[in-house]
Amino acid sequence: MWNLPQGIAFDNYVEAFSKLSPFLWNSFRMVIPAALISSMIGSINGYIFAKWKFPGSDIIYPFILFGMFIPYQSILIPLVRFMNAIGVTGLAGLAMAHIIYGIPITTLTFRNYYAGMPQELLEAGKLDGADMLGIYRLILLPISIPAFVVVLIWQFTSAWNDFLFAVVLTGNTDWPITVALNNMAGSQIIAWNVQMAGSLLAALPTLIVYIFLGRYFLRGMLAGSLKG
Amino acid sequence: MLRDKDRYLNIVLVSPSIVAVLIFIYGFIAWSGRVSLSKWKGLTPDYTWNGIRNYLDLFSDPRFAVDIRNTLIFTGVFVGGSLVLGFLLAVMLDQGLRGESFFRSLFLFPMAISYIVTGVVWRWLMNPAMGSRMSGLNLLFANLGLDPLVNAWHTTPKWGMAAIALAAIWQMSGYTMAIYLAGMRSIPHELREAARIDGASEFQIYRRIILPLLAPVTLSALIILGHMSLKVFDLIIAIAGKQLQLDVPAIYMWQATFDGLFYARGAAIGMILLISVAVLIIPYLRYTLKTDSQP
Repeated sequence: MWNLPQGIAFDNYVEAFSKLSPFLWNSFRMVIPAALISSMIGSINGYIFAKWKFPGSDIIYPFILFGMFIPYQSILIPLVRFMNAIGVTGLAGLAMAHIIYGIPITTLTFRNYYAGMPQELLEAGKLDGADMLGIYRLILLPISIPAFVVVLIWQFTSAWNDFLFAVVLTGNTDWPITVALNNMAGSQIIAWNVQMAGSLLAALPTLIVYIFLGRYFLRGMLAGSLKG
Repeated sequence: MLRDKDRYLNIVLVSPSIVAVLIFIYGFIAWSGRVSLSKWKGLTPDYTWNGIRNYLDLFSDPRFAVDIRNTLIFTGVFVGGSLVLGFLLAVMLDQGLRGESFFRSLFLFPMAISYIVTGVVWRWLMNPAMGSRMSGLNLLFANLGLDPLVNAWHTTPKWGMAAIALAAIWQMSGYTMAIYLAGMRSIPHELREAARIDGASEFQIYRRIILPLLAPVTLSALIILGHMSLKVFDLIIAIAGKQLQLDVPAIYMWQATFDGLFYARGAAIGMILLISVAVLIIPYLRYTLKTDSQP
């Protein structure tokens, strides 16, 4: 097994792909909207917490951040019951969970980004007659691309890699890839080579994102330790 | 300065997020807390008051004692290993060697992968099967003639958790390296120059100057890694499934609630986890936000 491979066999990938492709597709369908919506919410929140503070916003902010660290075991029972009660189940429910529990980190990243923007930029906008949303749309949004990339990658990666929410919120037809891979690996009848091929398939999307946008990924991670 | 229509617009725009956080984080925590004080067992909710009975039961539950022991072993090996390896990798990259950005990316790579994928791969690497079914690292050791290193990995009695922590170190030491490296880069060059002029060796510079200056970074890393190890779940599931030997609170919570329908006990474990994380994170948040707001 540790000898050099005697030729390359793609059949393992064909087999793994045929088993896993519906679940890869599920992951994409859930992760892409979740990442997009998360970043929009984070951007608006960050803008306000950085530049348009309201009475009490400095008190609320740490309470939002704390949500980033909680062990989800402490909200799991209510989450499952609540989602079932409001009828948002399957991939939609999973995407919603990622968006909501993503609020702390996305707000933090954008807040730190916008806090670094000079106040003069906003004043200039005000002098030109722009209102709060005008300043956001015309001045800050166009220069927010780096922050958007950070948050999109971060949310894409963490939603793609999540297992805990997926396993409680989805059933066997709408499992994302992590749950499907774990179940495939758990069954003894699947050969090691097929399992490894499946692992690579499951890791590939985040790896591709990482190879092209890795620098931003690092920034997202450092934001996760609050050192934005 | 504010126009009238903007005066409340900021509050209107953030209120959906605030309400969501209020319900999904604080509301749900309160709800879990209430479940943990109930007698709820089985599929239908039962909120009959049970006081702190569930917590007392847990602390006299031998399985929970195993969980605490496992968590301590995992935390020690994982946090210690990640800090040491992360620091050494950072020192290596700090030397300005060629291809630094390549290596930095390489070491960070595992962070982008899910614990499930890591777990499935390490499950093969640490497969404890012997003889003709031997695979992974054991087979490598055997082939290299390093037979004494062949071992039972996570199936080792009592210390199996340390093997799980190896996979976690592989995943997180790149992250630790990144925060150390960022810290090293912020130390003024003059300090090192001055030490060199005074005749300090490279080792002494790292040992006597850089490491002490990086104490806040070490503390941050310690807290971030420490709180991760309290939450460890997917990695164990992917490597070993649900085995009593490798049980941790997160898995116990899972099994108590969704397999055993002991909702009240599951909620109590969730609350204990939350409190342990809060003890680490709240002081850290206060400290970071305070230093953050100073210009």
